[in-house]
Amino acid sequence: MIEIENLSKAFQVAKRKKGAFGSLFSREYETIHALKDISFKMDLGEIVGYIGPNGAGKSTTIKIMSGILVPNTGKCEIMGITPWKSRIDHVRNIGVVFGQRTQLWWDVPVIDSFNLLRDIYKLPEVDYKRTLDQLVTYLDLAPLLNTPVRQLSLGQRMRCEIAAALIHSPKILFLDEPTIGLDAVSKIAVRNFIKKINAENKVTVVLTTHDMSDIEALANRIILIGKGEKLYDGDLENLRGNFISHKRVTVDYVENTVPLDIFGCEVLQASSERAVLLVDLEKTNVPSVIHELTNQKSIIDISVDSQPIEEIIVNLYREYQI
Amino acid sequence: MRVYMALLKLRVYHGLQYRIAALAGIATQFFWGTIMIMVFLAFYGDSVSVGGFSTTQLVTYIWLQQAFLSFIVLWLRDTELFELIRTGNIAYELCRPLNVYGFWYTKLIATRIANAMLRCMPILVVAMFIPEKYRMSMPESTESFMLFIVTLILGLAINVAISMFIYISVFVTLSPMGSMLIFSVVGEFFAGLVIPIPLMPEWLRNIVMVLPFRYVGDLPFRVYSGNIPPSEAFLGIAIQIVWLTALILFGKKLMQSALKHLVVQGG
Repeated sequence: MIEIENLSKAFQVAKRKKGAFGSLFSREYETIHALKDISFKMDLGEIVGYIGPNGAGKSTTIKIMSGILVPNTGKCEIMGITPWKSRIDHVRNIGVVFGQRTQLWWDVPVIDSFNLLRDIYKLPEVDYKRTLDQLVTYLDLAPLLNTPVRQLSLGQRMRCEIAAALIHSPKILFLDEPTIGLDAVSKIAVRNFIKKINAENKVTVVLTTHDMSDIEALANRIILIGKGEKLYDGDLENLRGNFISHKRVTVDYVENTVPLDIFGCEVLQASSERAVLLVDLEKTNVPSVIHELTNQKSIIDISVDSQPIEEIIVNLYREYQI
Repeated sequence: MRVYMALLKLRVYHGLQYRIAALAGIATQFFWGTIMIMVFLAFYGDSVSVGGFSTTQLVTYIWLQQAFLSFIVLWLRDTELFELIRTGNIAYELCRPLNVYGFWYTKLIATRIANAMLRCMPILVVAMFIPEKYRMSMPESTESFMLFIVTLILGLAINVAISMFIYISVFVTLSPMGSMLIFSVVGEFFAGLVIPIPLMPEWLRNIVMVLPFRYVGDLPFRVYSGNIPPSEAFLGIAIQIVWLTALILFGKKLMQSALKHLVVQGG
């Protein structure tokens, strides 16, 4: 389906020399290795979260997979086609959304952009109508279709962008930070939609994001890259299992000023009525901490939270020094 | 083909939104045309014709230049395309099953047509009814007029093919200002937009003849007034077609190599 082997891409970046006239005659270039030997495979109907810190090479990979950039070395085959060799055949199979860019025509109503795309892809009127109807219903676009793009809010525009990427019913959808800058409501709308089309139309989705709640809500598999190298490839639960080292326990109790002292716990926050504890799972476990708590205080309420995935990722980044 | 027609339609509608701009343009071109005619007539003095180029032909030449300004100038630019390259939004153009060269070419030609549609008629109509000395004449003959239309359209096609190089150069320079300036100063001079080509000294005319620029505006306008007779116009059309093919082929080639080394700017 998607097969990537030993993909590498380097960019030349001009460096400024010392002094005002230094770079006037000769320039020095620095080679930035955006991708080093990346390999992975994806199957039909998967949702894969592609994550990594800024500058890790996520967007570069997406751009290579969508046929925009040509890699220096390596193999990439998507549905049997090498993207940069037969770009035009390839792009019929894919839809791409770059969260930070816009593909809709700024000054004309959204529907005009869609109609132009219909002509670009030479879609039969019946298919176009059916897809458009589905997209309009799922993404709630009906009130937006006749508004010029410049007058849409970011959330509205992003919904239209996603629709524009799917108007030709592609098999694969690349989403490069689709929820960037969106509010909670729009984020959830976008996520639900991605889930829906993945389930109903069997669209394979590759998603890059910095928002871990996107990943938690959508991806069953994640690929982590940093400094152009692949660091982790597997499911999210596994990652959580391997990397969760702490749990957080919040406890409310009847006023009591005796300081808490429980083995294997760090007190993050404590007042006379409430305390937040960080439980180190290597030293102890949650039941024994709760047991100990009931011995020391008279408890009103208690809640246990897993470490947020954000923290796991931060730990991962730290561990791999990226 | 359907894409290109759809794009053309979209562009024309879009262009028609800017009616006030068109009005301002018309006023400017009237003023500019009048000044140009006054200056050149002063050079003519008492003579009716200089190097076979009569005053009526000169006046017509200048009015046609003003009316079809958006067909012949090189400074008319589509900032949208420059932005596309500069900001990296070109990524989206490449995600579509489209030939980028053809797509941009159509976009540019459509913008120019939309532009001219609003402006040329009022200028032509008024220029035909002003006092004798400044009045634009009717075409020399029906044949000249038909040939004028053909050469004008081919000229527009050549001009857009030339302007494509400005856009391609931005892939390398990232700023359109330099190429814009060079192309418009050099190109427009050799196209006869500063001094009508029949009024140039012989040695300069020899240079002009081997460049593509005069086939944009100079040829059609002189065909119209009969300064270039129909028999010569056919040769002109042949040369236009050769230039057009060569420019487009070369442009496509350059575009291809630019895209191959493309760096999508900004993340």
